[in-house]
Amino acid sequence: MASYTVFILAVGGIYALLSLSLNLVWGGVGMVNLGLAGFFAVGAYAAAMASKWGGIPIPLALLLALGCGALAGLAITISTLRLRDDYLAIVTLGFAEVVRLIASNEIWLTNGTDGISGIPRPFPAPDPITYNGYFLILITAVVAIVFLLLRRLDRSPYGRALRAIREDQQVAAVAGKPVTRFKAEAFALAAAIAGLAGALYGHLTSYVAPDLFQPLITIYIFLAVTAGGTGRPAGAVLGAYALIVFLEATRFFAEWIPGITPLQAAAAREASVGLALILLLRFRPAGILPETRAPAPRPGDQRS
Amino acid sequence: MLSALLQALLNGIVSGTILAVPAIGFTAMFALLRYGNFAVGALATVGAYGGYVANAQWGWPALAALSAAFAAAGIAGVALDRLALKPLKASGALVVAIASLAGSLVLENIVRWFFGNDLRGFDLPILRDMRFGDLRVGPQQLENFLLALAIMIAIWLFLAFTRLGRAMRAVADNPELAMLKGIEPERMALLATIVGSGLVGVGGMLLGLDTSIDPLTGNRVLLSVFAAAVLGGLGSAPGAVLGALIIGVAEELTVLVAAPAYRSAIGFLVILIVLTIRPAGMFGERS
Repeated sequence: MASYTVFILAVGGIYALLSLSLNLVWGGVGMVNLGLAGFFAVGAYAAAMASKWGGIPIPLALLLALGCGALAGLAITISTLRLRDDYLAIVTLGFAEVVRLIASNEIWLTNGTDGISGIPRPFPAPDPITYNGYFLILITAVVAIVFLLLRRLDRSPYGRALRAIREDQQVAAVAGKPVTRFKAEAFALAAAIAGLAGALYGHLTSYVAPDLFQPLITIYIFLAVTAGGTGRPAGAVLGAYALIVFLEATRFFAEWIPGITPLQAAAAREASVGLALILLLRFRPAGILPETRAPAPRPGDQRS
Repeated sequence: MLSALLQALLNGIVSGTILAVPAIGFTAMFALLRYGNFAVGALATVGAYGGYVANAQWGWPALAALSAAFAAAGIAGVALDRLALKPLKASGALVVAIASLAGSLVLENIVRWFFGNDLRGFDLPILRDMRFGDLRVGPQQLENFLLALAIMIAIWLFLAFTRLGRAMRAVADNPELAMLKGIEPERMALLATIVGSGLVGVGGMLLGLDTSIDPLTGNRVLLSVFAAAVLGGLGSAPGAVLGALIIGVAEELTVLVAAPAYRSAIGFLVILIVLTIRPAGMFGERS
């Protein structure tokens, strides 16, 4: 049980990184990323392949994952940034799907649906509890560093410019901000963080496979960011740990409902994630930690 | 080689025509509601299971079961819109899109709760393929093709010649102007949700008719539906039809040169290319 709790907290750290990534684009710039799971997968595979087959040391593999995530982010934004935001939603959703297709079918490259096992671990493990404990310390440290950097960014003039873009792109452009460049940078940075999360996840569990990167992960993280408070890095981190509690609680309740099959229990859990997100968006869109500066009022249905 | 190419072309036209039905549904909802409904995959699944219950459990013939597919998806679509999406409209189109994705997860799992993950087949007579020289067509495929064609003609007649259809187009073109003429955009939006979701559901059943269905049936064609709509120009019904035909043929041609699993990657590729070269699509007026 103790080992499991420590493991779940470590996974919570991974989700916190993903939430920070999503919060940067969604909360910060108002861009949508429905393909978060795809960038997560890109980082996980890049680090897994480099460290297992390439024999590259793990710190370098993590850097590689950051780089691959950023490149993927740039590639995705190139054709969509000047367009309406709906298109970015469609493209990112498609991107995650294609990443999963490639991971499942290019067996020579990714070992297909069997996945890659035996990914090197960052430190020797005498027993699972100690190992997960070490890893928890590592991931918590990474979350803390990324969090502090993003909070610094959030409060910098650059962060204010990003928020200005979120509130009104045209006004930001008139004020002389290079809107398209800033959006591309923010998206690439966020994708890099998602890639780092993937790499750490692979090293934590020493296993990656296409099935670990379902679109469901993306919805999990939207739930975490919305629950924590869109627009604040602290909210994203808090939301990620709240998500872990929520997921474990639904696991507990689903087992407790009498007379349903395990499949129905799983279906009920997944549905509860969707339902929770809808309810939050409707009744508490500001989350647990609302943004201190309230967003500017939106004139009706805002389109750009 | 030539016959393989012709066969792929034929298959592509058939599957593209079927794909056009949900693509019209998606693009019609976009035209009137002004947000992308990402639940179309789940709505197609709901429609497919609605048709399955009517056909395999109640013994309705396939044609009648299509109306059950329309009703099931139409009801699910309206419920989703009323309960989850419409109240969020003030928060912007992106929030609505995310909520629709969340709603899609709920719908998919309601289906999973009642039917499980097993593949289900429709109750249809097994028929021998028809041959034309080297080319072969399944009678079921042909029937689906004709059904899809009939549905499209019906939509066209509705949009072009009925008062209600014209009112819908007016709202899609210019809601303010339509309002001046006494058309209520709210009513038209409701109609678009019912008809759009219903068409997506019918499309889901047509796609499942000659193979089988499971809770992910609809999500597997999600990218193809998006690609058809984007290629045609979001909001344009004729565009969605032409887009769907092109996507259908492109997907079948892909199968000739790459693993069949990459069919749905074509949709993504087409979306990227269209957005880079001509974001408005073939018939779109806005970008």
